[in-house]
Amino acid sequence: MREVLGDRRTILVLLAPALAIYTLVMLVPMLWSLGYTVFDGSVISGFQFAGLDNFSRLFSDPKIADALWFTVKYAVVITVGQVLFGYVLSLLYVFVLKRASALIRTLVFFPVVMPTVAVALLFQKLFEVAPQTGPVNALLNAFGLESVNWLGDPGNAFVVLAVMDIWRSMGFYAVLLYAGLIDIPEDVLEAARLDGASGWRLVRNIVIPLSFPVLISSLIFSINGTLKVFDSIYALTGGGPGTATTPLTLAMYRTSFASGDYGYGATIALALTVLSLLVTLLIFKTSRRDLTQG
Amino acid sequence: MKSTGRTWAPRVACAVTVSLALAACGGGGDGGGGSSDDGFTMMSLNENTTQDSVITSLSEDQCADQNGALALDITEQAQESVDQQIQLLAGQGALPDLFPANTPDLIRELADNDQVANVGEVLSGGEAADAIVPAAESAADQIFGDQLVLPVELNIEGIWFNKQILEANGIAVPQTWDELVAAFETLKAAGVQPISNAGSGGDGWGVSRWVGAYLFRTIGPDAMRAIADGEASLTDPEYVEAADAIAELGEAGYFGPAPTSIDYATAINTFLTGGAAFMYMGSWALADFNDPESNQIGEDAIGFLPFPEVEGGAGNSDQTPTNLGTSIVLSSSVAEDEQAQAWVECIAGNYGTVALRDHGQITGLELSEEVEVPPLTGLVQDQIEATDESVLWFEALFPASATTASQQNAGLLGSGQMSGEDFMAAVAAELG
Repeated sequence: MREVLGDRRTILVLLAPALAIYTLVMLVPMLWSLGYTVFDGSVISGFQFAGLDNFSRLFSDPKIADALWFTVKYAVVITVGQVLFGYVLSLLYVFVLKRASALIRTLVFFPVVMPTVAVALLFQKLFEVAPQTGPVNALLNAFGLESVNWLGDPGNAFVVLAVMDIWRSMGFYAVLLYAGLIDIPEDVLEAARLDGASGWRLVRNIVIPLSFPVLISSLIFSINGTLKVFDSIYALTGGGPGTATTPLTLAMYRTSFASGDYGYGATIALALTVLSLLVTLLIFKTSRRDLTQG
Repeated sequence: MKSTGRTWAPRVACAVTVSLALAACGGGGDGGGGSSDDGFTMMSLNENTTQDSVITSLSEDQCADQNGALALDITEQAQESVDQQIQLLAGQGALPDLFPANTPDLIRELADNDQVANVGEVLSGGEAADAIVPAAESAADQIFGDQLVLPVELNIEGIWFNKQILEANGIAVPQTWDELVAAFETLKAAGVQPISNAGSGGDGWGVSRWVGAYLFRTIGPDAMRAIADGEASLTDPEYVEAADAIAELGEAGYFGPAPTSIDYATAINTFLTGGAAFMYMGSWALADFNDPESNQIGEDAIGFLPFPEVEGGAGNSDQTPTNLGTSIVLSSSVAEDEQAQAWVECIAGNYGTVALRDHGQITGLELSEEVEVPPLTGLVQDQIEATDESVLWFEALFPASATTASQQNAGLLGSGQMSGEDFMAAVAAELG
């Protein structure tokens, strides 16, 4: 085996097809998109070199500033929610439910496998105010409270979006973190227990430090996924009311494909890429420091 | 064994890679729409079944000869992605012979780049030279600046009302804006939803139409042309006033409890089931009005009111908002192909009659024979004939980005969550 894999030509043969396809379908479009950032125009009227015009427009566009702020706000809230609820659930699986956790794990994981659009429609109906009163408002009415316009008000729409996305994905993070938690050696936990650590102290001093690497992985997964959110928002609110829940991805999509402005759309995409990169680097850096200290 | 493996493996890998690369690069060959070599190609909207159905029936009857020479080939396209598809095909020089005029701005851009044919020129000199009615010609001039569409749809817009609700609440048909607002107030106090119009996402035009119609009454028929020509700004006080007038209706709750959650179909359904008294809508809704299953209140219960005059305004209620719906655009290849031209002439000569007879669709094309129509359709025909001057709608001359901004934000205007000033500023920002 070593003889085969030690041969350069074999390595080339094994890698070349995958690399060629990857280059064609990923790298070429990415570079192409990067090229668009310095062009203006459309496929109909043709493209003209525009220098850094798209970038200066990006920095002075209030719509992009709003979308950026929304993206960051969404990413922080949803990431904290996903990972926190996921972690609490995984602790529940490992330390409380133990071997009986299979059923609960399956149930909590269930929304992950449902199509986003189906979940969004479900939440639209749950939080509906007109023409029919949805279950949530019906419940409020039953307690003598007035109906709330959940998806028609910017603040409320964000709350519904957060509830939906956290509910939809916490099962995934619970399973991911569960895999990390069951890797913690039982004898370490046993030793800590003998030393008198239990409950919160055990979690804080033993479980969290030992599951830290998988927590960091979850955070990186989550923050990059939420910075690039598109489907759930598009299906639930369509970016509305107005543009109150429009993230960068939706702004990019509308600019490129609804307005046919590929140059500016590509510039927004580049901004999003840089943002994802910066956040990932930041998390990597802080986590490394923490690990060496721990 | 080892040596054979070494010789064939790279070859197979190379072959696979090359064939995959070729497959990836060569995908556009068949699916790229069509030039006239493929027949008489038409892109049609999924959502608009009338056009395919009429053109197909023409191909079997009145235009059978033309179809024999150049066979009709229709492809369906979802309205949501139709502009994108048209742009893509235009970029490849592969526009079908006929395609829908979904966004006026895109059609104007195609015309500037010589990608579409002038319908007037294509028809001139032939049998169907006078097929287009004057109202449709004038609308095309206003919307596109030229005769860029075959007007297979001609709609007027205005306020439809439920006669029974008005009667039950002792309200006479309002003749001025103030009377209309007073009627809303009476209805709201009586627990009836005054207006049913959509404000959800892209359906927000249900509310922005009110802003446009109000502007045409206060500033006059050239209100939106002045914006397009850069002679006025949406943030000018007289423009903001119109948006404020509609925002006030929203604040008072006249659009119902949550217009931002109401889409087009729901708005129509609310009106046709007696859930609201007024609805601003185009005459394309006749299809629903004339359908007893959708229309629970009955044809007799529906009345039409031209958007009323605003006191002191320069416009009047005879100026009717008119549009050509998603009429058909001809690609420039049609002008160079005699067989395709013969097809277009045949459509122009016969479409109007078949569409009205089989679908109750009013078109901008002359009728070749008398057709009996339902009463509401007759009412709209009379209104079209009586129209001396047509006006457009709020977004007609906007680029796509401003249209999106208007439609996205109009719902908030209708729910009273956005001021007129903020709304106009949001749209003006996209006009650049």
